[in-house]
Amino acid sequence: MTTLCPECEYQLTVPDQPSLNEVLECGECRTELEVVATAPVMLALAPEIEEDWGE
Amino acid sequence: MSTTSTARPVAVLASRVRVDEKRIFAALDRRAVRYVQLDSRELRLADRAGRPAWSVVLNREISLSRAVHAARTLESWGVPVLNPAAAIEVCGNNWRTTLALREHGVPTPRASLALTPGAALQIMTEMGFPVVVKPVTGSWGRLVTPVYDRATAELVVEYIAALAGPESHLVYVQDLIEKPDRDLRVIVIGGRAVGAIYRRSAGWRTNVARGGEALPCPLTDELARLACAAASAVGAGIAGVDLIECADGSLSVLEVNHGVEFSGFQLAHGESIDLADQLVGYLIECAELEAARPSDRPVPDELVASR
Repeated sequence: MTTLCPECEYQLTVPDQPSLNEVLECGECRTELEVVATAPVMLALAPEIEEDWGE
Repeated sequence: MSTTSTARPVAVLASRVRVDEKRIFAALDRRAVRYVQLDSRELRLADRAGRPAWSVVLNREISLSRAVHAARTLESWGVPVLNPAAAIEVCGNNWRTTLALREHGVPTPRASLALTPGAALQIMTEMGFPVVVKPVTGSWGRLVTPVYDRATAELVVEYIAALAGPESHLVYVQDLIEKPDRDLRVIVIGGRAVGAIYRRSAGWRTNVARGGEALPCPLTDELARLACAAASAVGAGIAGVDLIECADGSLSVLEVNHGVEFSGFQLAHGESIDLADQLVGYLIECAELEAARPSDRPVPDELVASR
């Protein structure tokens, strides 16, 4: 399955069964994208990493 | 076939679904466990009567602030959270972790807390160089700074004083322990050490998130004992315990992580350990314990930590 990168409109390949909130990276512009809907798949720019993220 | 006897689904709280969360979802699917995925960004944390339909919540929220507040609220609604808010608060704070480890007799490097940048300079001088300066709350090794002499200390303190926000001006100072170019990470689930890795890096910070390499490490009795003691000290049922090997061969606990990131661990161990499946097994165990107790009683300790 392919869909357009909302940042650069590159036709990127999406996993067969993406999870909601899964983070993908555009192969063209390297932007992190979040799966915001799965049926049909919709992508949005993923949130920027915040200071209190991570272990 | 589900192995859980509870009629209520479990919940996984996450705002960012990484490879770790995908593995957890896959493990839940393989065991046919009913679950819901909660996006913490969309939770409405109102004061409310009655508990939600979830038996237990696995807290995979990547943000410390969101993880703590969501856990506190869910617990107030009567839902056990793994890890519980109290454990997250300790693990998320370097000084509270040191105090908890000390109180439970777990070896950890000597440390001090300065409540002002000026006091930090005095503390560093008294402790003697080299030391490591860390924010009291921090993650992925951010702003963790080795300080080898007084001149550098003065500079670091000047930078800290210029940071915004009162919490930034609390300074955690720890002895810098000479160690090999690696440290160790042991993952503890439900009071049991399930495996260990070496984390090796060309730089002095070995965080896998910073590019550190994960390699399998034999899980010795001593490693397992210390890691379990550290997880218990902070009250975490699920913990990533970081240790260093001291020059005399002894082990010392550096920190305990509540929101364990395990992609490096999984890569190092391949198919010999299925970490996500072990997490799900623990989640099921907690859900079954929860289903077996009257709902109006406090959450028993065995749901949240092995003490």
